[in-house]
Amino acid sequence: MGDVTNIQGGESGFFTTKLDSLLGWARKYSLFQYPFATACCGMEFFATAAPKYDLARFGAEAPRFSPRQSDVLWVVGTISQRQAPVLKRIYEQMLEPKWVIAFGTCASCGGFYDNYATVPGIDKLIPCDVYIPGCPPRPEAVLDGLMLLMDKIGRGDRTPAVLKNTQLPEGAPEHLEKLHQIRMKQPE
Amino acid sequence: MAKILLERLKAKFGDGVLETSSFRGDEVAVLKPEFWKDAARFLRDDSACQCDYFVDLSAVDFPDRTDEEGGRFEVYCILHSIAKKHRIRIKVRALGTDPEVDSLIGVYEGANWQERECFDMFGVKFRGHPDLRRILMYPEFQGHPLRKDYPANKTQPLVPYREGTFDKLGPFLADEGMPLNRAPVTDTGENR
Repeated sequence: MGDVTNIQGGESGFFTTKLDSLLGWARKYSLFQYPFATACCGMEFFATAAPKYDLARFGAEAPRFSPRQSDVLWVVGTISQRQAPVLKRIYEQMLEPKWVIAFGTCASCGGFYDNYATVPGIDKLIPCDVYIPGCPPRPEAVLDGLMLLMDKIGRGDRTPAVLKNTQLPEGAPEHLEKLHQIRMKQPE
Repeated sequence: MAKILLERLKAKFGDGVLETSSFRGDEVAVLKPEFWKDAARFLRDDSACQCDYFVDLSAVDFPDRTDEEGGRFEVYCILHSIAKKHRIRIKVRALGTDPEVDSLIGVYEGANWQERECFDMFGVKFRGHPDLRRILMYPEFQGHPLRKDYPANKTQPLVPYREGTFDKLGPFLADEGMPLNRAPVTDTGENR
C-alpha cells in the first residue's frame, strides 16, 4: 500500500477511488501512535494525550510502543546524531502505510541546536508528513497538526505539510478579551 | 570566605601551588601537575578542609597559550564541603595538544564520568582512569568537539542524510504552510 495518492481518480478509477477514499476514511480515524519522545516536547505531548486535551477524541487513542503495530511516528524532541540510527530503524520497522509527525522545532529543523551533536531536522533521515512548529508547540497546535495529518490521510496527500498558524474564527479575539476581563475582575 | 582552604593548601604544598586568587568568595588555586591528586586528597581528608563533595570537573581550552605560558588546557575541579559549607576550585595546566593529567578517581569515585566527559569533549587524558572512553559522543566520532579548533559547523552523521528532492524543505517562511482542509473547493465532503 502506501500509494493512496490520487484519490480524486482518473476516468477509469471509479471503484479504486471509492475504495481508497474508504481506506483513507478508515485510517484517519484509527491512528495508532508511536511516541518517540526524547526531550522537553514530550511533556507537551503527554499533556495533549491526557484527558484535558484528549487525543482520543480523534481516534488516535492507543499509543503502541512497538513500531510494528503503529501507524504514526511522533518524533517529539531533539534527535542527536547518536540517536539517528535508532530513529531510522524504528521507522523502517513500521508497516505501511505509515506517517511521521515532526513535533516541535527541534524535530523539524534542529531548532537552536546548530551544532556537532544534533540532526538538523528528522527529514534528513526519514520522510516527514507534518511539521508542527513551536518550542514546544501548545497542545492546541498539536491537535491542529494531528487534524492536518488526518486531513491529509483522508485526501491521500503525501506532500510534506507545515502547520500554519491557527486562524481564529471571526469574533474570537473579542470573545477571548471578554473572558479575560471576567477572569481578571477583582472580587468585590 | 574560604581563604582558609588556600592557606592550608599553601602551607602543605608550598611551591606546588603556582598561584591563588580570591574573588567574591570564589577561591581558586592553580597547582603543579604532580600535586594534583595529592591536593585533592588533602582537601578531602584535612580536618580544616573536609571537602567531601566532588561537584564538577571539566577543562578550558586556551588555543593560543603556549607551553611556556602554562599550556593549552586547564583542567579544573570544584570541591565543596557539606559540613563546613565552603567551596574551592583547583586547577591544573596540561601541556601540549595531547595533554595528560592524573585521574582523581582514587580520591573521588564521582570523578569517573566527569573525566570521561572531559576526555570526550577536550581530549584530555587522565592517567589511572580505569575506563577512559567517550561518554556523550559515539565511538565513530573523530576529534573533540569542545576544542576551539573543532569547526563550529562540522557534523559527523552516523546515518547518511537523505538525498533527492523534497517537495519543500525548511527553513519555511512565516506565511508558508498548509492550512487545514486544503481539499479542493469542489469537495463534497465524502472524503471526510
